Amino acid sequence: MLNSLLALAQQPRIAPTEGDFWFPPQASSFASKIDSDYYFIYWVSAFFVLVIAGVLVLFTLKYHSKKNPKAERTSTHNTPLELAWSILPGIVLLYMFVLGFEGYTDLRTPPSNAVNVDVTAQKWAWTFTYPNGVVHDELHVEKDQPIQLTLSSVDVLHSFWVAAFRTKMDAVPGRYTKLWFTPTMTGEFWAQCTEYCGTNHSNMRAKVVVHEPGGLAKWLAVEGDPHGGGRTPAQAGEKIYKIQGCAACHTLDGSKLTGPSFKGLFGRQEQMLDGSTITADENYIRESILNPQAKIVSGYGPVSAMPTFQGRVKDNDIAALIAFLRTVK
Amino acid sequence: MSSTTATHAPPQAGVNYLNARRGLLSWVFTLDHKRIGIMYLVGVMGAFLLGGVFALKLRTELLTVGKTIMDADTYNQAFTLHGAVMVFLFIIPGIPAALGNFCLPLMLGAKDVAFPRLNLMSFHLWMFGAIFFVIVLLTGGLDTGWTFYTPYSTTTTTSVIWAVMGAFILGFSSIFTGLNFIVTIHKMRPPGMTFFKMPLFLWGLYATALIQILATPVLGITLLLLAIERAFKLGIFDATLGGDPVLFQHFFWFYSHPAVYIMILPAFAVISELIAVHSRKEIFGYKFIGLSSVAIAVIGFVVWGHHMFVSGQSQMASIVFSFLTFFVAIPSAIKVFNWLATLYKGSIRINTPMLYALGFIWLFTIGGVTGLFLSTMSTDVHLHDTYFVVAHFHYVMVAGTLWGFLGGLHHWWPKITGKMYHDGVGMFASITAFIGFNLTFFPQFIMGTRGMPRRYYDYLEEFQFLHVLSTVGAYVLAVGLFMVLFLLIHSLMKGKKAPDNPWGAASLEWQTATPPITENFHETPKAGNPYAVYDFEYDPQTGDYKRVAFSDATH
Ligand code: HEC
Ligand SMILES: [Cu+2]
Repeated sequence: MLNSLLALAQQPRIAPTEGDFWFPPQASSFASKIDSDYYFIYWVSAFFVLVIAGVLVLFTLKYHSKKNPKAERTSTHNTPLELAWSILPGIVLLYMFVLGFEGYTDLRTPPSNAVNVDVTAQKWAWTFTYPNGVVHDELHVEKDQPIQLTLSSVDVLHSFWVAAFRTKMDAVPGRYTKLWFTPTMTGEFWAQCTEYCGTNHSNMRAKVVVHEPGGLAKWLAVEGDPHGGGRTPAQAGEKIYKIQGCAACHTLDGSKLTGPSFKGLFGRQEQMLDGSTITADENYIRESILNPQAKIVSGYGPVSAMPTFQGRVKDNDIAALIAFLRTVK
Repeated sequence: MSSTTATHAPPQAGVNYLNARRGLLSWVFTLDHKRIGIMYLVGVMGAFLLGGVFALKLRTELLTVGKTIMDADTYNQAFTLHGAVMVFLFIIPGIPAALGNFCLPLMLGAKDVAFPRLNLMSFHLWMFGAIFFVIVLLTGGLDTGWTFYTPYSTTTTTSVIWAVMGAFILGFSSIFTGLNFIVTIHKMRPPGMTFFKMPLFLWGLYATALIQILATPVLGITLLLLAIERAFKLGIFDATLGGDPVLFQHFFWFYSHPAVYIMILPAFAVISELIAVHSRKEIFGYKFIGLSSVAIAVIGFVVWGHHMFVSGQSQMASIVFSFLTFFVAIPSAIKVFNWLATLYKGSIRINTPMLYALGFIWLFTIGGVTGLFLSTMSTDVHLHDTYFVVAHFHYVMVAGTLWGFLGGLHHWWPKITGKMYHDGVGMFASITAFIGFNLTFFPQFIMGTRGMPRRYYDYLEEFQFLHVLSTVGAYVLAVGLFMVLFLLIHSLMKGKKAPDNPWGAASLEWQTATPPITENFHETPKAGNPYAVYDFEYDPQTGDYKRVAFSDATH
């Protein structure tokens, strides 16, 4: 039985690029192994469920009190039988454990040529820091190049999951956790947050783009540096606003999310929590970014939900953000 | 009027525990385990209704992508309160405190539990804890998820402290009930009833009680630490203060995994009774079933880390926890096989309690096998915190516990209330709920594997079809459950009088008047084989079963 189940589990399925009934496409080197583990358990389960349901229905029909008005006294226990149905499934279970163990070891052992990308999780955005220092809100990688992600969180727990890669890891404040994968398919995928983190948990998504080998360098040169590509400071600022996850809390159209909207902010008189009034000038904006707790806008206290961006945005980024905010009227 | 009452106590004819004393205070301060059981019953059903309303709100919101009826913060509060109310106020106390309280002394042929005052105190604490949850509802709600993970729970502005205190108090209620049951089972078994001659329901309650008294204190301490952390910035769990958020998860699951067995073992135990009585067969493999409950209780203590394969816990820990987890699967499978063997050559009576029992076997089997995908580490990494998990634990906890609870409720209802209910309507309601349940939760497995994370207010468009199916299922389930409610209310008002032993069961709770007198029995009954259903013969005249022989236990 085991062998035939195994054979079933290993049968090629619908073209992996499309995904099948149960799964999204297989886009990483783990995917086929994990799916085949899944199908092994699936067929074993299906076997047991069908046998149990079959026997249940059969007995209920056959021994229905109308057909069988008097129950027959059969033996009330049978130790060999009971031992058999405890131990035999036990062997299959042990095999499942071994499958899981192999897969898990693989998921947790990055190869030495893996390229590291740092991932910072915050409510409700992911930021990726590439080896050359580029910071972005999208994860761009190359096909067949192993990638290691070093995850950290600046606020609460988050979890990084790319369903098409079949791997996931929590981002835990106060420690670094790691995750690796080798993409095997070009295209665009979603990374989603799977550890509940508050209001916009369900929109804490990042785009993962897998390029052909050689495509990453080109992307990094054009898109990677917000100040590059011939952008004006205001255009660079708009990019940084997206990349750094400001957009998760601040809109540009006047509607209110976790933070006040940026619409018309620059130069406005802001009412603070302590009752004072402040003009939103360059210094105020700079302070708001680097030390959000220093002055809190009235209605957003007692503690500001904004994390500090100290060490995460550079001086020219702040300058660009200010230039951008001037244009948001 | 039943013959038992008539022959043994003519002066008190017609007096039972329900009408012996009257007035609200005679209930609120009663020491009678049966009345306490009924108060719990009303309480947990009220909690279930509240939790169910939240569930329907959630499912309605998920009908469409983006906002349907509420904003994200309201949604987050609704799923939190759905979970917290269902777990702490319904599932955990449901079977043991309501049905267990009513049945346990009766099954032992005893007058009451060992500590009737402590029993009343358990109930008062339950009420008190429930009030805290009402306060949470009135003071800004709760948005942490029922799991209270730090640091979210130490930083959110919602009423975490009230909720945590409520759960803390409910914990004591649970510990006291467990303690009471253990002492009662040890000390108050009637002459002739050894441990291996107890009805299996008592084995289940015993194993559950062990977990209640050993694991619940850990939850109490954890929640206390959480409250202190929040109030005084102690630094146990908060990384910025030198604490460790993963530690909270270890503490939390050290209780909450065994708690899964607090929820399911009593349901298993109910099903063992139902299957045997309604198939007119002696239960097959008594010892394996009884001991497997204890095995599950014990192994259940050392598998908590399977909730944490992607939390950052060490690889070694994950491997060990995965390995141990597979061992819980075996005793659960044993029970299913034994139930099937019990049906073999029986005379299976298809009625409302039995439909719940048969439904349970299907639902629990699915819940059980889908657990295998989550104990296998490689597949769990993909499935963790997705709708697959949501579907899995609803198959186990709702289908398991709720079906056990409803099956037990319909089974013991005649004894509890002295009234019969309309069996046809009962079966129709059970089937409706069964269809609704599967329609609600089966699509969620598919969503999970395909990439839908749990606790999501909003979702990608590709999942909408499955979400709509699931929501429709939830409405069907709700219709089924409302039918149950009306059926039972109708039975209370208009139901036919129930005979003493309408199902022909051999365990002691059926060998006294219906409804029982306050003292349960006029004299301590003699305990025989609790599954010797063949000792009873149906009497079409009275609709009652009459004893025609007496068999001692044969296991
Ligand atoms: C987690 C949500 C969040 C994120 C992400 C966030 N902020 Fe904020 N921000 C807030 C909140 C809440 C306030 C209001 C309280 C305060 O004054 O600190 C605020 C206030 C501000 C203010 C002052 C606004 C005013 O009306 O006076 C500025 C400027 C600002 N943020 C800039 C930024 C920039 C630039 C980024 C991205 C680099 C960013 N924020 C990211 C939540 C956030
Ligand atoms: Cu668990």
